[in-house]
Amino acid sequence: MARELWKGNEALAEAAIRAGVDAFFGYPITPQTELLEYMARRMPELGRVFLQAESEIAAINMVYGAACAGARAMTSSSSPGISLMQEGLSYIAGSEVPCVVVDIMRGGPGLGNIQPSQADYFQLTRSAGHGDFHPLVLAPATLQEAVDLMYASFDLAFKYRTIVIIAGDGTLGQMMEPVEMPPMRPSAQTRPDWAIDGANGRPPRAITSLYLDAEELEAVNQRLQAKLKRIAASEQRWECYLTDDAEYLVVAFGTVARIAKSAVRAARATGVRAGLFRPISLWPYPFDALSALIAKMCSVLVVEMNAGQMLEDVRLAACGQTPVRFLGRMGGVIPMPDEIAAEIVHMAHIDQRSYSHQKQHLLQFKE
Amino acid sequence: MTTLSWEASLREKLMPSEMEIVYERPVALADVPMHYCPGCSHGAIHRIIAEVVDELAIRERILCVAPVGCAVFAYKYFNFDSCEAAHGRAPAMATGLKRVLPDRVVFTYQGDGDLASIGGNEIVHAALRGEQISVIFVNNAVYGMTGGQMAPTTLAGMKTTSSPLGRDPRTQGHPIHITEMLASVPGVAYAVRRSMHSAAEIRKTKKAIRLAFEAQRQGLGLSIVEILAACPTNWRLTPIEALDFIRDRMVSEYPVGDFKVDERLRNPA
Repeated sequence: MARELWKGNEALAEAAIRAGVDAFFGYPITPQTELLEYMARRMPELGRVFLQAESEIAAINMVYGAACAGARAMTSSSSPGISLMQEGLSYIAGSEVPCVVVDIMRGGPGLGNIQPSQADYFQLTRSAGHGDFHPLVLAPATLQEAVDLMYASFDLAFKYRTIVIIAGDGTLGQMMEPVEMPPMRPSAQTRPDWAIDGANGRPPRAITSLYLDAEELEAVNQRLQAKLKRIAASEQRWECYLTDDAEYLVVAFGTVARIAKSAVRAARATGVRAGLFRPISLWPYPFDALSALIAKMCSVLVVEMNAGQMLEDVRLAACGQTPVRFLGRMGGVIPMPDEIAAEIVHMAHIDQRSYSHQKQHLLQFKE
Repeated sequence: MTTLSWEASLREKLMPSEMEIVYERPVALADVPMHYCPGCSHGAIHRIIAEVVDELAIRERILCVAPVGCAVFAYKYFNFDSCEAAHGRAPAMATGLKRVLPDRVVFTYQGDGDLASIGGNEIVHAALRGEQISVIFVNNAVYGMTGGQMAPTTLAGMKTTSSPLGRDPRTQGHPIHITEMLASVPGVAYAVRRSMHSAAEIRKTKKAIRLAFEAQRQGLGLSIVEILAACPTNWRLTPIEALDFIRDRMVSEYPVGDFKVDERLRNPA
């Protein structure tokens, strides 16, 4: 199939359609709106459900309802809208019904602005709603990857009966890139055996997240946690770039990781052996792979479009053994390659005079 | 064996085999004890819904969306599929269900705090879209499950735990007339108010629920039956006094009647 030029939001919508999405419920919010607009045209053409809800709160609860019926249901929004969806996300997690959510992040807090941001990292990976749960969060860096992850998202959501969130930023939603679209898959014909669709020839089913008895609710939570452990064990995704001989590691996700690649090349041109680790799954975070890599590094630079959110996970992975520095831009300011490259070179410069560089030489000597 | 024959003779004495069964548990009502307080209307409302479901033979294709409130366990009491919504979001959840299962009968069961306060936006927009769902709206003028706080439906002057001096409309708002409001919306096919304060009124309530499901089956739009219900516990009244309270106080603020009935429902073709 030929590569075609697609706009990010529209490419995500078409990928969801090709993955067999049955129902889309959404609410306009910049910089995600083209996804909703695309669905408004395409879904009725295909005889599928499209509905513009009265709010993000209603949209996620419509997704909840459709998901209870066993449908492949999704919504898309941007940061303030995701804040409103947290209530529904918590109920969906507690009820263990599958759904897919797209978050095209913008600057915050509050109304913030409509520029690209990665400041929903905590919201998506740590606090997508009350109670103990984590959605499966995937952060593409290119439109091709966004399409491929979107295409896989419903299978993941149904496999684990969990929420899958595709986390992009305004850049990814708004930019255009060549994409090879996957083939159209038919809608699922059979309903899962947990879905509610009328108690026809079987005992009634009830989908709920309510368990008043403390021991019963704890048992439900233990089951949910066991499921999250299975997801954490099987669904960690990441990319390594020029890390084989690297001494200095940049960790970045999403579009920032693309910029960081240029910075890594620029740093190498000045003689600094830099590499990039790009987490693709933000939850589960690829801790083991990153920890193993960091152990070989002199120091680490985390670059994000926020005040240092993934930074906390990188510090956990570094376990206090390796210095971790941070470069963050906020409010929709995108870090430039030369800015990141300068920071990498600066990091290496400081490091030349420090113990950690000696540690690196000792390690190489041992090898 | 002697015990068995003794049991059989007692059963014959208490319920002779030639006696006709005139009243029994509807199939659509689960055979489990309910948690409702003495004198609460929820149990009777559940029962008449189940009777209608049996009479229309829709038990295998009806879906209930339960609320947050005293009826939070409604899904345990019905013998058909159901799900449990977040507080006030039942009309949105029912929209999602109905849109992907258009040939099923979907209804929400909501209290006045759930529907008229936190879920005000969801019910209004479900009505505006003319969603093909039915809404059973139980109005007992208080938040029951949390212990009798003021609801948007609380009568002026009525004392609750969060309006201990009596609701003052100047600072705490006026009672909301949801069904009259929704009757003005084109997407609504059927909007009526009924009461549970006497056997005759309960029979009228049951007829209204039946018509609400009929409206949905004919695809006429959203149907809502507001039901004035007793909450003796939080009203600090006996069950009998609570029924009198509905008749004497609730009905004067919330008149029983039809506010909108689609012509096609009044005169079925």
